[in-house]
Amino acid sequence: MKRHLISAADLTRDDALLVLDTAEEMARVADRPIKKLPTLRGRTVVNLFFEDSTRTRISFEAAAKRLSADVINFSAKGSSVSKGESLKDTALTLEAMGADAVVIRHHMSGAPHRLAYSDWIGGSVVNAGDGTHEHPTQALLDAFTMRRHLSGPGRDLAGRRITIVGDVLHSRVARSNVLLLGTLGAEVTLVAPPTLLPIGVEDWPCEVSYDLDAVLAKSDAVMMLRVQRERMNAAFFPTEREYSRRYGLDGLRMAALPEHAVVMHPGPMNRGMEITAEVADSPRCTAVEQVKNGVSIRMAVLYLLLGGAEPAVSAPAPARTEENNQA
Amino acid sequence: MGTIGSEPSRPVLEAPDIARVLTRIAHEIVERAKGADDVVLLGVPTRGVHLARRLADKLDEITGGKVPVGSLDITMYRDDLRLRPARALARTDIPADGVDGRLVVLVDDVLFSGRTIRAALDALGDIGRPRAVQLAVLVDRGHRELPIRADYVGKNIPTSLRETVKVHLTEEDGRDCVLLGVRDGSPADE
Repeated sequence: MKRHLISAADLTRDDALLVLDTAEEMARVADRPIKKLPTLRGRTVVNLFFEDSTRTRISFEAAAKRLSADVINFSAKGSSVSKGESLKDTALTLEAMGADAVVIRHHMSGAPHRLAYSDWIGGSVVNAGDGTHEHPTQALLDAFTMRRHLSGPGRDLAGRRITIVGDVLHSRVARSNVLLLGTLGAEVTLVAPPTLLPIGVEDWPCEVSYDLDAVLAKSDAVMMLRVQRERMNAAFFPTEREYSRRYGLDGLRMAALPEHAVVMHPGPMNRGMEITAEVADSPRCTAVEQVKNGVSIRMAVLYLLLGGAEPAVSAPAPARTEENNQA
Repeated sequence: MGTIGSEPSRPVLEAPDIARVLTRIAHEIVERAKGADDVVLLGVPTRGVHLARRLADKLDEITGGKVPVGSLDITMYRDDLRLRPARALARTDIPADGVDGRLVVLVDDVLFSGRTIRAALDALGDIGRPRAVQLAVLVDRGHRELPIRADYVGKNIPTSLRETVKVHLTEEDGRDCVLLGVRDGSPADE
């Protein structure tokens, strides 16, 4: 694995499977009476959040704490950033405090990349969402959730048909998912009004459709994206009502899905907009499970980046082939 | 499979020996535990798990019961994590009834520095509180670096640090045997 996790494209198929398999083991820790491992004792993980987030920050915090790392939460609001400090000066401050990993969320696409490849800090950088660019750990936890329902431990998602519906234009989740799911062999179809598809989407490793009903019947999983009102500075669709009638998932559409298919949502949900309450509360909706899996995935990522002298090597090597690799 | 020494490695235990040794250990466990009612076998991946399963079968034969068997991955409890790239994890599988109040027998293939077992004891402490913990190993090759000993030993094989002890098991390597060889390179990279 690379030292930083900036994009889902940083992960090879072996890397991605290693993260998913490691997360399977991390998930078992959650079922134990003592939900803690000593593995990252003495390591410091900084959560550097320039943008509002509850579940991602809490998820990373829980993951780091379960691995016994020290966690420092840094949010831009009420910090020196609101006094005009630059990303560089913030980074140098964190470096001086001895951060082994920086988990960064930023409203600007590319900020984590800048932080990682700038020499400002020596630790690993994990992208927890940057602008409309990427959110690789979300894609990993989505793939983990899909794998649990559609294939199984140790396997990839070859041949599984995943439909991603909604505001692809503003969605870092969609971009990371398209890249990662492609790496894992899934066939991805994006469904969105033409105004909510990014320029250049035809070059992405996926299909594009404007007709939700046409693709539902052959989907193994449907991922509903949140309509990001806060990024909507233009008229992307006539009315919310029209959007939800054409691209929202209601009970009727859910019934058109194959028996085994699951409905996913990265949260937070706009009930009544992209997803009806009926669907959101149905047992086929994995939204809550995705949150739970997020902690396991982030534990896996932090462990694989920080758990050794250097990030894990994903060449499929058995863990202990003989006694003499140390006791 | 690891380093092959300049001299060919030679078998010190063959398949029938391993079978006999496991039968004896099973009997010893039953004898010391006065039955195997509260015994839980936990193998240390990879080969310890196979050995634990075999021991469980033998215990079932002897006692007519069903001994719970599981696996205990110690990777995240190792004391040398920072000496190498992060390692892949192996499966931890604790039997449904847990380990609280039970007699846990840890099973591993080779006892060497004792660091694996130290890690296993730490891992076990986060899972529950057994009545007692014992250790069964197929081979004890000496060179302990910690105050740890085995309760059941298949075979003591005095070795030098330049030698390697490799356990092959059918489930993993296609055949049963224990090979004694010589490593190239210095023993310091142990």
